[in-house]
Amino acid sequence: MTYLKQALLGSVSLSMLALSPAAAQTDITFFYPVQVGGPLTDVIDGYVADFHEHHPDIRVEAVFSGNYTETTTRALTAARSGTPPTVAVLLATDIFTLMEEDVIQPMDTFITTEEDQTWVDGFMPAYLASARVDGHLWAVPFQRSTAVMYYNKEAFAAAGLDPEQPPRTWDEMVEMGQALTQRDASGNVSQYGLGIPSSMNAVHWLFGALVAQNGGMLSSEDGLHTFFDAPEVVEALQFFVDLSTEHGIHPAGVLEWGTTPNDFMQGRLAMAWHTTGNLSNIRNNATFDFGVAPFPGNPEPASVLGGGNLYIFSGATEEQQAAAFEFVKFMTSAELLADWGVQTGYVAPRDDSWETETLRNFVAEVPQAQVARMQIPDSKPEISTHEAARVNQVLNTAIQAAIIGEQTPEAALSAAQAEADRILAVYRD
Amino acid sequence: MKISRNALISFFLLLPAAILLVAFTFYPTVATLIDSVFSTPRGRRPAAFVGLGNFERMAADPVFHRAFLNNLIYAAVVIPASMGLALAMALLVNARIKGRGLVRLAFFTPTILPMIAVANIWMFFYAPDLGLIDQFFGLFGRGGTNWLGQSGTALWALIAITIWKLAGFFMIFYLAALQQIPPSLIEAATLEGASYLQRLRRVILPLLMPTTLFILINAVIEAFRLVDHVIALTRGGPNNSTQLLLHYIYQVAFNFWDTAYAAALSVVLLLVLALIALFQFGYLDKRIHYR
Repeated sequence: MTYLKQALLGSVSLSMLALSPAAAQTDITFFYPVQVGGPLTDVIDGYVADFHEHHPDIRVEAVFSGNYTETTTRALTAARSGTPPTVAVLLATDIFTLMEEDVIQPMDTFITTEEDQTWVDGFMPAYLASARVDGHLWAVPFQRSTAVMYYNKEAFAAAGLDPEQPPRTWDEMVEMGQALTQRDASGNVSQYGLGIPSSMNAVHWLFGALVAQNGGMLSSEDGLHTFFDAPEVVEALQFFVDLSTEHGIHPAGVLEWGTTPNDFMQGRLAMAWHTTGNLSNIRNNATFDFGVAPFPGNPEPASVLGGGNLYIFSGATEEQQAAAFEFVKFMTSAELLADWGVQTGYVAPRDDSWETETLRNFVAEVPQAQVARMQIPDSKPEISTHEAARVNQVLNTAIQAAIIGEQTPEAALSAAQAEADRILAVYRD
Repeated sequence: MKISRNALISFFLLLPAAILLVAFTFYPTVATLIDSVFSTPRGRRPAAFVGLGNFERMAADPVFHRAFLNNLIYAAVVIPASMGLALAMALLVNARIKGRGLVRLAFFTPTILPMIAVANIWMFFYAPDLGLIDQFFGLFGRGGTNWLGQSGTALWALIAITIWKLAGFFMIFYLAALQQIPPSLIEAATLEGASYLQRLRRVILPLLMPTTLFILINAVIEAFRLVDHVIALTRGGPNNSTQLLLHYIYQVAFNFWDTAYAAALSVVLLLVLALIALFQFGYLDKRIHYR
């Protein structure tokens, strides 16, 4: 009798075990932006289906949420109304805003096993740095990018320059730019030497690279201070302005981020600064042989890091957060990041991703993709402060005021610094 | 107390409209007014009463001044230009011309395209040197204009898009009104020996006045509401030369998350629109002949 009872109980608990995944299914939501071209929502849906196969007890609802700004807006609005996403891909620089709003859960609270620790240590330190604040790791890198210089090899050859020797310093860049700038009989420029986009959505990023090349920085690591009126920053802006007014190698006025790849592919720009995220687009559409070069320096070369991290939101249940952490680990596995990099042009932020067959084959086929990775040790985080959107707006307006000649770089930047100080003062105590 | 059956029925008939009005018009208006006298709550800092603090800040905010001025220029050009163009187009496609249906379709197409899509197309039209518009001017040796990238032309470039977008929409109303005019009136005027211009000035335009007022109200709303292309093309740049009020409110509210200041800005926009509406309904309405 007892034996039978035990057997019965055993089978009941067994069947309960078998049932439990279905009963304890965890639903999580995943907000993500698409910032570059291609059918990327399908790719993401594929990853989610894959994840579901490995973790049948977790159901992920992937929500495409527009571009980065729109995704942040949606995630924050949802969080304020009490229904935050469980996981989201948001800009790395949103970190202070998200901390201030008190809506994210530090990633390191989930890291318990040695295996998890190895996983975290696999990310490139330069990318991880932007997610570490106040002794916590708040996010992990996902779709990261960096800015590079695309250059037209045929234009280089036509101007008598060596197509395999892109400029390494500002002086070389100006010199080559002058050789590359072509004017017709009436003085109209048919090809500019260089183009650096300066529209509102991008200029703080690329200007950050100019500042880093000149040995300066735009913001402090704690996000509480900006250095807009520092001599290195003013010099960098003066150089940016001079490219057009003094050296005549850059189009006058604001160069639009969105049309710059087109300008490059149509031969209007011989060298163009843009994100690595545009590599596939340019590779598919350029009708000439082009190169990708690391950024020059004055004298030390430097670029900026950009792109999005994966954040886990607080406010979800513990089960959901644990499920979200599993999902984050899945999305940042070496193989998946390699595939995502190939599909998009983003830089896989793990060294072991670059050892996978997927990326090895890709690099063999598209050697230009390698440049971004080589440049990362020389790259600086992009400007990141409290109230990032507002501080960036102040900086971008100042840069544009100088570029269109309404203010001197010095006047524009000291006014911007005063304004940024006013905005950040409340966070300093 | 006994409520009559009629009162009950009318109450329930009015209820849906009342709920919509309260939920989407009156409540937000009142909430905006209240929010505008508090500070923005941030994480650990709750909202505090600041009285007119947000408005004082606005008075000293150069971006707001610029946005206000820009919006006045924008409205002052967009409203008459789009309405004039709409009337001209309506008169054209109301006349017996060849391929009338095709022309009507062509004029109306901009209306049915979403503004964000349109703006992304115009971005390439306006591209310096390579864009359609610069190529056209290049034929006369006047190419190389950075339409969106300099403060002198950027606002005008956006105004042109808005006029192009709105004129076709307003044309439809004018066209409908034109077809309502009894042919006998036109024939009578013609018999009296009135020329085309006299018929237009003395018969057609006065009969179109109710439609004109309706379009004017719509045009005013659009001139303050239509900022999608600012978001897609310039984001208020360069150096705030294309900053418009509603776009600035959007930025302050949803990019900077300074909801209290955005509420104060909204109150100002609300006041401006209320004043215009008062003028339209109080003054213009009385001077219009309704049939």
